[in-house]
Parts: sequence; C-alpha cells; structure tokens
Amino acid sequence: MNATSVTGLDVEVIRKDFPILHQTVHGKPLAYLDNAATTQKPRVVIDAIRQYYESENANIHRGVHYLSERATADYERARSVVRAFLNARDSAEIIFVRGTTEAINLVAATYGRTHLQPGDEVLITAMEHHSNIVPWQMICEERGARLRVVPINDHGELIIEEFEKLLSARTRLAAITHVSNALGTVNPVQELVRLCHAHGVPVLIDGAQAVAHLRVDVQALGCDFYAFSGHKVYGPTGIGVLYGRKELLERMPPYQGGGDMIRSVSFERTLYADPPYRFEAGTPHIAGAIGLAAAIEYLTGLGIEQVHAWESQLVRYGVEQLAQIPGLRLIGTPRERAAVISFVLDGVHAHDVGTVLDLEGIAVRAGHHCAQPVMQRYGVPATVRASLAVYNRLEEIDRLVMAVRKAKELLG
Amino acid sequence: MPTLEELYQQVILDHSKRPRNFGALPEATHQAEGHNPLCGDRVKLYLRVKGDRIEGAAFEGSGCAISTASASMLTEAVRGKTLAEAEQLFDAFHRLVTGEPLSLSEKAALGKLAAFSGVSQFPIRVKCASLAWHTLRAALEGGEQVVTTE
Repeated sequence: MNATSVTGLDVEVIRKDFPILHQTVHGKPLAYLDNAATTQKPRVVIDAIRQYYESENANIHRGVHYLSERATADYERARSVVRAFLNARDSAEIIFVRGTTEAINLVAATYGRTHLQPGDEVLITAMEHHSNIVPWQMICEERGARLRVVPINDHGELIIEEFEKLLSARTRLAAITHVSNALGTVNPVQELVRLCHAHGVPVLIDGAQAVAHLRVDVQALGCDFYAFSGHKVYGPTGIGVLYGRKELLERMPPYQGGGDMIRSVSFERTLYADPPYRFEAGTPHIAGAIGLAAAIEYLTGLGIEQVHAWESQLVRYGVEQLAQIPGLRLIGTPRERAAVISFVLDGVHAHDVGTVLDLEGIAVRAGHHCAQPVMQRYGVPATVRASLAVYNRLEEIDRLVMAVRKAKELLG
Repeated sequence: MPTLEELYQQVILDHSKRPRNFGALPEATHQAEGHNPLCGDRVKLYLRVKGDRIEGAAFEGSGCAISTASASMLTEAVRGKTLAEAEQLFDAFHRLVTGEPLSLSEKAALGKLAAFSGVSQFPIRVKCASLAWHTLRAALEGGEQVVTTE
C-alpha cells in the first residue's frame, strides 16, 4: 500500500518539497511525527518569505512608494487566499493575528468583555487546549461569569447530551475545539453550532489542529468565530487567523490600540477603523501572512481531500500496529480521529519513551500537550503523542512501533 | 553521539524498577515536595536528621525512570552524611549532570551516583535527574512550599 494507489498523492515527491526532512538525527533518518506541535515548511513557503524580504520589504497601507504598494498588495492578497481557504463570505472577516492563542484572547477581550455579565456562562469542553481554557477563565473571573465544561466519554468523545444540558439561557458563548490536540478526536462542530444557535449562543471554533487535515468551510459550519495558526498548516510561526462573522466584528470594540486600527485620531477622540483593520493594531507580520498564503496554496494544490485520505490511512495503520503492543494503552479511541495518536506504556513514563524514540531519529511529543485536564481525565501524568502530516510514510509508522517495543523491553 | 546505554545505565534501570526506601518515613524530621510541571514528575522526600547528621531518608512519588532512580539513589547516598556533606554532594551531583568538570574528591564522593553522567548529554532530562536533589535542599532548608524545576 502506498499513497499513490490510495489517494493519487506521491509521498516521495511531496517529501522533496520539504528540505528539513532530509537529515539524520543521532545517525538515523529523521522521522518527524510531531506535526501537531508544528509542521515542517515546504520550499515554496521558505522562498516566499525570503523573496519578500529580498525584494519587496516595506511597511504597508500608508506608503505611497512602489515597494509599499507591492507589500500592501501581497499582504491583502494573503487575506483573500485565507478567505477562500475558509470559504468566508468577505475578506473583511479575516483578521491576521499571531496564532490561535491570540485569536482566542482577542475574542475573549472584545466580545467576551462586552457581552459577559455577572452570572453569565461560557461553555467549553473537557478536551480543550490550555489556550481555549485560560483566556475564558480570565475573562469570566473579571466579569463575574462562570465557565462550564462539557465532559467527554472514555473514548475521548464529547458527550452531546451533556452539551445540550449545559446550554442555557445564561450561556453567552461556546468555545469548542474542532480537533483535540491530545486525543485526535474530531468534534461534530456543525451539529454543535446548530445546537448553540438554536439557543442564540454564538460559537468560537479552535481550528488549530483541523485546518491542515480537514476541509473547513465556515459558512457551512455556520460558526461565528474560527481560529487557527499558520505554523500548524505548513506556514511560518508568528502568524495566525481569526475569522469572525462580519455582523459580530462590526459591533466589537478594538483589541489593541495603535497605528493602522484607526480612522482618525485627535487628543479628544479617536474613530476606529472598520474590520479587519480595527483588530490589527501596529505593523503586522507581513512576511508571515505572505508565507501563510504560500502554505495554503501549497496545501490546496495537493488537495485537502487527498491529504485527508492519505493521513487517514497512516492513522488507521498506526492505531492498528500500536494497539498490538502488549501493555500499550491508547489515550483516546474516538470514532472520528484526525492525525493524532496518543498512548501510554504500562510502567514506562512517556518521557523515557520519548528519549528512546529520539535516539532512533523519531520526533514525537511526550508530555501533557497543554491539555492537563485531559491528562487528569485519563489519570495519566503524560502521554506519548505521534502526530502526522502529509509527508509521513508508512515506513515511519513501522519504525515508531519498533522503537516503542524497544522502550518497553528496556524500561518496562 | 549519545547512546541509550549511557543514559539508562544498569544501576539506574535497577533503581527505577525497584526503588529503594520507597514510602513515608514516620519519624521524619524534615520533608519537602518537588514537582516538575513540564512532565508531571512528583517527589516527596522525607529525612530523619539527628544533630547535624542524616540518619535516614525515604521518598514517595511518581515520575520517569531517571527521576525515580535519582530519588532512590539519593536516599541511599545521603544516609549517614552530615548536612555539610549532603550539601557538597548536591553540588557535585549538579556538576555531574550538567557536564561540568569534577574534582577527584567529588568523583569519589559521588560513588554509584556517577551512573548519572550520561544525563549531561540529554539537556532536556537534567531536570529529571536533579528534581530529588533540589527537593533535598528544600527539605534541609525547612521551606514549606513545593519546589519546582521551573
């Protein structure tokens, strides 16, 4: 079985696009299985960033000179690439931020601060990353509001009946991850949005672990906010996106004050710009936005359905092979899983497994994955997490399985 | 190039699988807790000190092979030592796992603890090895709060 026969993608050709993959680590070929932490970058992304700094670097939106016009055009072009990627109606609904974390903080600090009253509630789930927990805790504390958490079942799936029960007249916002970074669970976000909207509750979706693996159509989902990070979708670090429905964005106060987010300033009064500029104070990460656009075009060039099909093969094979190791327990066994396999080994700490794997040239994550409540739910301090991308090979899964067996022999 | 065998030496594997002095020490005069928030390792260290000498040590907790073995071997190493000797051992151990040069007398004092020399080639694991030792220092200083590696 290879990728070509399954999906029309040739993994060996794809791998040639990623310079970093062709190296040895501790004398072994690198097997990069830490893609949920960050993905590697294709040559086109690296080139786009270099090209920007080498030939068109200038500040945007105000310059009347040639370079500034080019930089502005490319930055705004990047916005329309993101718009098309998410199938948003309008480019004004695409706000560039530093990453998912900043996107969620932005919504908490603007929408959250103006809508939450004492006694109100914000609904999240038990599988959220810390970045979709802590900003809500902070704003709830500030506003005297309450954070409610929808539990998950033993498979690591959201319990929909509990979700419905916790939705109430006091709920002001639901913030839900699309894909769990610690378990791999794909949440039925479309259904959840429908439930929330039936109660008049707007929904933010944390798409950090979704956009590289699943087609995302914000109009079909019907969500009010959608957040993701560039570096988890083959783009650079330091750039991310907040999608917000225009009707909501137009009524939201600014996030940070500064240049570029204003219409006019006097010492008596400042008029704020319209979205998206109202939320982009200061000089943005122009090169990052351009790099992100290159990454999105690369991914859509491969075809997100084809990418998903290949990754599904890898995940199925990985789950199947790992489950055969005696004493290995999968953490999270959801029916719908995307690109993440988390597990623990009886009597062996995840960090020791991680070190054994590292010496075999295999990069995985060992730890709590910034999802400590998930670890507590399963009663483990940490898990080993293998997470996949389009450039991973079946042979890398075989190496992972062999190395885990080795760790078990040595340390178990 | 570092190897697995350098990090997980036989004596370390032995102590991680069969930790010595594991459990509470009812007649403890000093105790402290250590926590590595990055990986969730926890160690609670108990000491029985009489005059300026450590008469007994024990520990509880959970963690990786390196942190468990380190705590286990610490409880054996500090037994019978004076407080000043324990402090010198702390310094020597710290130099060992961070790859700093050791004097001959330090090497002699470390004894079996020299098995942790491989840790210096794995910077991310230094905190695993040193957690119990930082906890020892906290216990001797009599602080109440949990020490963390961060």
